[in-house]
Amino acid sequence: MSTVLDVRGLGVDYRVRTGIRSTRVNRAVDDVTFTVETGKTLALVGESGSGKTSVARAVLGLAPTSRGTITINGRTLHSRGRSRLKEVGREVQMVFQQPGGSLDPRMSIGETVAEPLTYLSKLSRAATEARVVELLDLVGLEGSFRSRKPRDLSGGQRQRVAIARAIATSPSLVICDEPTSSLDVSVQAQIINLLVRLQRELGLTYLFISHSLGVVRQIAGNVAVMYRGRIVELGQTERVLDRPQDPYTQALLRAVPTVGAVEVAG
Amino acid sequence: MELALEARHLRVEVGAPSTRRDVVRDVSVLLKRGEITALVGETGSGKTMTALSLMRLLPPTARGTAGTLRVGELDLTRLSEREMTRVRGSRISMIFQDPLAALNPVRTVGFQIAEPLVAHLGLSRREANIRAGALLEQVGIPDPAYNLRRYPHELSGGMRQRVLIAAALACDPEVLIADEPTTALDVTVQAQVLGLIKTEVERRGLAVMLVTHDLAVASSIADRIQVLYAGATAEYGTSRTVIREPNHPYTRGLLQSVPSSKVTTVPMHSIPGSPEGAWQLDIGCRFSPRCSFAIAQCRKDEPPLESVAPGHESRCWVFATPKVVTQA
Repeated sequence: MSTVLDVRGLGVDYRVRTGIRSTRVNRAVDDVTFTVETGKTLALVGESGSGKTSVARAVLGLAPTSRGTITINGRTLHSRGRSRLKEVGREVQMVFQQPGGSLDPRMSIGETVAEPLTYLSKLSRAATEARVVELLDLVGLEGSFRSRKPRDLSGGQRQRVAIARAIATSPSLVICDEPTSSLDVSVQAQIINLLVRLQRELGLTYLFISHSLGVVRQIAGNVAVMYRGRIVELGQTERVLDRPQDPYTQALLRAVPTVGAVEVAG
Repeated sequence: MELALEARHLRVEVGAPSTRRDVVRDVSVLLKRGEITALVGETGSGKTMTALSLMRLLPPTARGTAGTLRVGELDLTRLSEREMTRVRGSRISMIFQDPLAALNPVRTVGFQIAEPLVAHLGLSRREANIRAGALLEQVGIPDPAYNLRRYPHELSGGMRQRVLIAAALACDPEVLIADEPTTALDVTVQAQVLGLIKTEVERRGLAVMLVTHDLAVASSIADRIQVLYAGATAEYGTSRTVIREPNHPYTRGLLQSVPSSKVTTVPMHSIPGSPEGAWQLDIGCRFSPRCSFAIAQCRKDEPPLESVAPGHESRCWVFATPKVVTQA
């Protein structure tokens, strides 16, 4: 099995202004190491401020990497900022939490899904059109959606469009940042099932960021639990969730309300 | 049974006359002392509008009517806006999803907890401040002398929600409306805040309506669960009944859609379609387009809310209405 993403000793520091001339370094990610294998899903879970989103942003070059290395398909990344985005754009795509905010309201669904193809691949116009229809079909939307605008779509449909756009260039890694957190429960399951099906059919690899242990259980083979910038527990999802070793993971699991449980922790 | 709040046949319409639509069509809310009732719903279910109409705090674009709306013996429908202002905060209080937006950024925590005490109970600033310190300790914030002087931006999300709860309970109201109070919080903090609400319910005999989209939260804290769909009550009953023996297909689907951290179930059960836009339907059961049990009648007539067992009601032609037939 080959490794798509190899993160070693990653550190992300943000400089926080504390006065007119003084700044403080805020270590958002500290010595984080993990790998994601082809066709598999690694979930990063943790509460707000745990650093899970900073890890994802660092992979895309959107967060300052102060230490460590990020290797994608055996190639270690050195560029930063915009040039990093260009370097990894074909290989790494992202699905965001708010499909309302990540889709351009002025662009039609067809244009939205075609955009990465136009910039990152050398398809002819006709081939692009055909690929857009194929992609919409993959995510369960009819071809007629091409001419619609994001405002005409429900939250779940928008997230399907965002997924179609993310997989358009057949990236080797898709980073999903809380892709179902803004959706209704009855719709959330549809999107999870869609992501699982696409992985099976297309061999996609996911780095899946979530605060919901229930969602992680359904989609990820492996899970890394983050707390204050560090990975406190990493392993097979079932093992970590059923027999957590780290005290923080245990506390997290205890705090999750479950349907049918009558007592509240805390 | 003693009702702290009784609201029957609430209706809320929004929009200009030409584009007017019902966001709440037929919802009744009955809150008992010392109980938590969870109002569970998804996008467009009308749960927030229901909550706001109980406080008579609907936005200017919305028009609400109620058959009955009373807190204890007090009929809120007959009160003037001025009189209503005196009721809010003293007899019925509300807390919101985003505590930072609900708190005044340029006033200290102490000022904001003391404010209702001065306004409603006529306490002096000094007395109100002492009371505010005690309230802070009750909601689990240590060192009140220090924390009363802090500003909302200096506090964590969980602490802000505690401050809001302290302010809402300052005048010892009978009813607390909590609109998604833990949605913006991390799960470990959520558990603490829910625990705090539960404690206050037991200590004060408070009646709480907890508005939430999260059935797991509802089932972990509420005594009763009321499920809303497209502006009407779909099912109502004790938490135990609604969770263990749900009647309405929507409630069943919702329960099966909740991802569990304990068992893997892929593909997950999902309800086809989306709750958004269900209000556009003007005939039949609003859930029928997504329902796998729907029969012809479901698409023609809206089912009434029927009693399926004592204290358990459901709005469904297939499972709730023909009980006479099945019992015979």
